This record gives sequence, structure tokens and C-alpha cells, in this order.
Amino acid sequence: MTILSLKNLSLTLNGKKILDNINIDFWEKHVHAVVGPNGAGKSTLAYTIMGLEGYRKVEGDIFFEGKSIKNLSVTERAKKGITLGWQEPARYEGLTVEKFILSSAKKMSLDEVKDSLIKVGLDPDEYTKRALDKTLSGGERKKIELASILAMRPKFVMLDEPDSGIDVASLEKIFEGIKLLREQGSTVVLITHSIAVMKKAEHAFLICGGKVVEKGRISKLLPYFENKCLPCDHKNIPD
Amino acid sequence: MEVDDLLKLIRGDLFLQDKKTAHLTINLNKVLSKNLVPGLHVDTKENKDGVDVKIKVDDNIRIKNKVHLCFGITKEKAIQKINMDVDVGKNAKISILSHCIFPKAVNIKHIMDAKIKIDEGSIYTYEEKHIHSMDGNIEVYPKAFVEVGKKSRFKTEFELIKGRVGKLDIDYEITGEKNSVIEMTSKVSGKSDDIIKIKEVGNLVGENAKGVLKSRIAVRDNASAEVYNTIVATAPYARGHVDCKEIIQDNGVARAIPIVEVKHPKAHVTHEAAIGSVDTKQLETLMARGLNEEEAVEVIIEGLLS
Repeated sequence: MTILSLKNLSLTLNGKKILDNINIDFWEKHVHAVVGPNGAGKSTLAYTIMGLEGYRKVEGDIFFEGKSIKNLSVTERAKKGITLGWQEPARYEGLTVEKFILSSAKKMSLDEVKDSLIKVGLDPDEYTKRALDKTLSGGERKKIELASILAMRPKFVMLDEPDSGIDVASLEKIFEGIKLLREQGSTVVLITHSIAVMKKAEHAFLICGGKVVEKGRISKLLPYFENKCLPCDHKNIPD
Repeated sequence: MEVDDLLKLIRGDLFLQDKKTAHLTINLNKVLSKNLVPGLHVDTKENKDGVDVKIKVDDNIRIKNKVHLCFGITKEKAIQKINMDVDVGKNAKISILSHCIFPKAVNIKHIMDAKIKIDEGSIYTYEEKHIHSMDGNIEVYPKAFVEVGKKSRFKTEFELIKGRVGKLDIDYEITGEKNSVIEMTSKVSGKSDDIIKIKEVGNLVGENAKGVLKSRIAVRDNASAEVYNTIVATAPYARGHVDCKEIIQDNGVARAIPIVEVKHPKAHVTHEAAIGSVDTKQLETLMARGLNEEEAVEVIIEGLLS
């Protein structure tokens, strides 16, 4: 069953078409991967689904649980259960990890906050009261962001380059987090150009030049990672 | 609201009863209570508009618990002038938490004039936390002249994030000797037509002296803020940094003027200043978790000023 559907979705920024007539159905409670070269439009697709500032004036439509969300704000989309994990998570001077996670799930107890940190491999005693600022590495912030997403229990979550800045040992925790999201009932979209990350998905979409050029089972898209990119009119337009 | 209520606001009921914790409580120009610990001397003289306070810490005395100073005004209209004279002896340590509480302020002026001398090898920490009413007719003038001796540390944090600021005019000048450390932080949240002015000068005159002046300001509505932070380094290996961050919303106006002056080729001073609205990625991350824009801004500002 489709939970989120993109219908003839196009986005033009500064006179350039970044997303070009995209049609994708994301299946409920499945893990999907969106792959493609740098500048293909993968992150732009996630920002557009989330409705971030500058990514709202689209052609076509976005349907979530059968209803158009095209005109909804970021908050309204989030309240419906859509969320996004950034490739490089934001830093917040003074804001504690605990407060940040509680912002995602207001009714959460402190024990549940700690539990979400344990799930991503972070020691709550070390991290709960720390500020989410420059004293944390990109990988630590990435795991804290994933903890906050787990706490939110979203219906539909997009993770932009979930392995970015993550060391090999921590990558397993990120993968466990993705598995937990699925077990919680979330539909997961992994934006990636990593074969290891793509293999955690059940279906994949190959985007190139803002267009979906291939879709299907993971095995079908594996040749892309063997430098056998499928023939397309490749216009590498930076996001 | 009377004095008892005022003390409850800051959990003063806890420290007032602890004989091992020194405190001094002043309402307008009256000393209400005082408790001292060995090695700490506090003399007071009541005046028409306030109180003269002399604080002396003996040599080699390291006071374990924070010393609480409570300067309150429970009247709606008044002027309170506190003249502070602080003398911290050699190899001593004192940490002061000063509560300035004006919960009923309609027309209040609070003037603090401090002279602080920290002798060699000592640590002096001073936190000043204000709680104001939501009425804006309050004026606060904290002024201090500080001498930080060799191998000594002076750390201060000024916080005014509850209630209206009214008019705030901070004027601090600190001089650091050889191997001394100066750390000053100001956190202020202005709203309505509040006026914030912060002037801090750090003079690093001794070899290897270090200084950081840090300001975190949020202004909204028609509030305005001006931050003048200066570090002057005149000795070899002196290191200084000026760091100012101001968030503005609505019609708020913020200005930051960091001045760094280096008068020795082996000294080094840096500065950074950022003024603007809330960072978009910070905002959108929280909004993508379901907070509306106003709630997200509150969380970000609360963090910045925490």
C-alpha cells in the first residue's frame, strides 16, 4: 500500500529544473533507497517532500495517505508523521541533547530519552546533558538526530546520507536504527550513494539529472554501483 | 510580594538555613540577614539609597559552598545603589551567586558599583542572575573595575532572561596580570522596547594572560542591543577572544562592536560576531519534528541563553 506518492513532481530553482516530472510511490512500512550521482537531485527530493523553505513551489503534487500535502508547512507535514534526517545535522549552542530529543516527543520521559540514545549506541550518562554544539563530532550529531527520529516515531522518514561522517563501528548502530524504525512501523527512505546503505533497503530508485531513470529491486540497481550507470541524458546539475 | 516570597523565588529558603553557606540578603537599603563562614568577612553600611558592602576573603581560604548575595527591591518604585568592595587574598577561592530580584518593579533603578581585587593565585567566580517583573520601567547599571592578580582567575556570568530587561547598561573593565585568566559571559533576552548596552574591556597586561569576552543576546519586538567588547593585549603570549552572538526577531535591532587591540608582536587576539535571525537549518530541523516556528525559535533561544 502506498503511503506517500509523488505525481509528476517538478521543481525549478534559479531557472534550472532540478526535479523533472518525478513519479514515485513509497510503500508503507518498507525501506526504500534513492540513489544517484552527486547533484542528481536526491537531497532536493527529500527537502521538497519535507516542504523546506525554497522547495515549496512545485509542479505536480505530493500525496500522503491519499491527501495532497503540497500546500502544508513543514510543521504540518511533520505533525502528519513525515520527518527528515539531514546529511549534516544542525548544531545548537546551549541546547542539551535531552531537550533536543524531547522536542521531538513532548510526552516522552527521561528514561525514554535515554533509551533512544542507547539504541544508537550512545551512553546516556555521557550525552543527555551535553550541548548539541560544536563540541560534538558530525558522527555523534548524526546518531543523536537518529535518536530523536526514533523518539518521534514517524510514519515516513527520509534519512539523507545516513552513513555520512560515521565510522565503521558506528555504522552498524545506524543500520540497527534503520531496522528499528522499520520495526516501529515507519516507512524509511534512504538517500544515499553507498552500496552498503542501499542494501539495507527493499526497493530503490535511481535518480539522474532530476529524473527517475530506473526503479525496482535492489539487485536490479546494483549495476549502477559497478560503474554501469544506466543510459540516460545525464545532466549533473548541482543541488 | 514580601521578602519571604522573594526568597522562595530563588530557593533562598534552602541556603538561608544552611549555616555552612554564607549569604547576605539586602532589601532596598536594609540588610535583612547575613551568615558568614570562616575566612570570609562581610561588612555592610546602610545608606539612604542602598548599602556599602565590603567583602574580604583571607589568604589561603578556599570557600567550599557558593556564597549567596540577594539584592532585592519589593517596592514598586525605588533606587538601590550597592557599592561593593571585594578583596580576595592570596591563594584564596570564592564563588558568589548574586540574585537581583525586582518582581514588582514599576519604576526601579538598581546601580551596582564594584571594585574587585583578586590577589595572586586566587579564583573569583561571580554569577549575577536577575529576575524582573514584566513591567519595563526598570534600569540596571552594573559597573565594575576588576584587578586580576598573577596566576589568578576571574570568571563572571551575567544573566537577565526572566521578565523585562527595561534598560540595562553594563560597564566592566578588567585588567589581567601575568598568567591570569579572565572569562566574562553576558546572557540577556530583550523584548518590547528594552534597551541593552554592554561595554566590557579586558586588558591583558601580563605575560601569558588570557581573556574571553562572550555575549549571547536575543532581542525581539522593538528591543535593541549594543555590545562593545574590547580586548587589549600588551604583553607577550597574551591570548584573547571576543565572541558575540545576537539573535534578532520582529523589529529588534542589534549591534556588535568588537575591538581587538594588540600591542605586542607575540600577543594574539581574535574575535567573532554573528547577528541575525535564527539559523534556518536549526529551525527547520525542529519544525520537521513537529514544533511550530514560534516554539522552535523559543527552544533555540532558550538553548543559546541557557
